[in-house]
Amino acid sequence: MKPAAALADALITLGDDHLILGHRLSQWCGHAPMLEEDLSMPNMALDMLGQARNLYTYAGGLENKGRNEDDLAYLRTDREYKNCLLVERPNGDFAHTMLRQLYFAAFMHPFWQAATTSADDKIQGFAEKAVKEIAYHIRHAGEWVIRLGDGTEESAQRMGEAVIALHGYTDELFSTTDTMQICIEANLLPDPERLRDQWDQTIEQVFAEAFLTIPEIPFPQEGGRDGRHTEDFGHLLSELQYMQRTYPGMTW
Amino acid sequence: MVEAPVLSNLQQARAWAVAAAVPDPEIPCVTVADLGILRDVELVDGIAIAKVTPTYSGCPAVLAIELAVETALLDAGFQAKVERVFSPAWTTDWITDQGREKLRAYGIAPPHKSSNSKLALFGETTVACPRCGSSLTSKISEFGSTPCKAHYQCDQCVEPFDYFKCL
Ligand SMILES: [Zn+2]
Repeated sequence: MKPAAALADALITLGDDHLILGHRLSQWCGHAPMLEEDLSMPNMALDMLGQARNLYTYAGGLENKGRNEDDLAYLRTDREYKNCLLVERPNGDFAHTMLRQLYFAAFMHPFWQAATTSADDKIQGFAEKAVKEIAYHIRHAGEWVIRLGDGTEESAQRMGEAVIALHGYTDELFSTTDTMQICIEANLLPDPERLRDQWDQTIEQVFAEAFLTIPEIPFPQEGGRDGRHTEDFGHLLSELQYMQRTYPGMTW
Repeated sequence: MVEAPVLSNLQQARAWAVAAAVPDPEIPCVTVADLGILRDVELVDGIAIAKVTPTYSGCPAVLAIELAVETALLDAGFQAKVERVFSPAWTTDWITDQGREKLRAYGIAPPHKSSNSKLALFGETTVACPRCGSSLTSKISEFGSTPCKAHYQCDQCVEPFDYFKCL
């Protein structure tokens, strides 16, 4: 495979992580427990969507099949999305949403940091911007995880349940696809495996303050990178794609 | 910091001035030049090419800003084209001193220079109230009315205000 085609495929995978998590966050809009969080959630969703748009648009140009950001976001079938399972997990309660965000942001921060030295200057540019945006997500989500973990009896219990429900999905963040591997070797994208120490450090620091323990995960959940998704993903896609499927080619 | 480029001729200087005067659609007290997001205006074969950089990846105003810059150049009689540049990435350090003063007068606390550690949990920076100048302020929310702002309240004069986040 040519490097440009491999890079396009890897960037679409990365774009999928951002699009799907952005969609999940946007589902909180109008439902958050307080006005301030009703603003935070769509703002974080906007960061995710903006990063997805950059990745899709660049990938669409590289693969040269005439697909633009909208085609990639709205007109693929479920098996064609390669996002990791973590980002498609349902919002659940606030504990689930904030923990999912912390897990993802704690991975993407060192990822973008490393990508600022990519051999591709377009990726460098995206990374320089995204690394600062995602830092706020770690801070915001991290503060909530601590507040809930070190909060009332009920909030601590719910935070603990979120950890049990979601921790098993974090391993997939560090997995790679064949095309990612090509990009890693060409120094276009960072090697996720090398980011594990930094991820561990962030999570351990937050968990210590939140009085949470990292659970043993005998069987990590994965499959998203191969296009095998959870049942919830179909429902998410039907909502996400509804407008383009109903009115093909519509624009605002 | 983005300086107006050394201009070889008057037309190019006029094109820069026209583009530079375009106000930000969400914070109209400052121009695209005050914010440092207008990177360059060049005349190439009679076409004014304006280079604009987004503030945030997901900034919904990007298209509106690009369109406004293009329209301003067209209205001034130029053939115009707007290019979006990503690298080097914009930072709030590029907001000019004049831009910071305009933000403060408008009621938005200007961003700190990039000493702020964005990663530090509960990492508070002292933000002075843009109305009374008091440093007794509290953060209400990390995310405010637009992606680039956080929401604060002054404990002295009790007014809520926006803080332009450090990026
Ligand atoms: Zn005040």
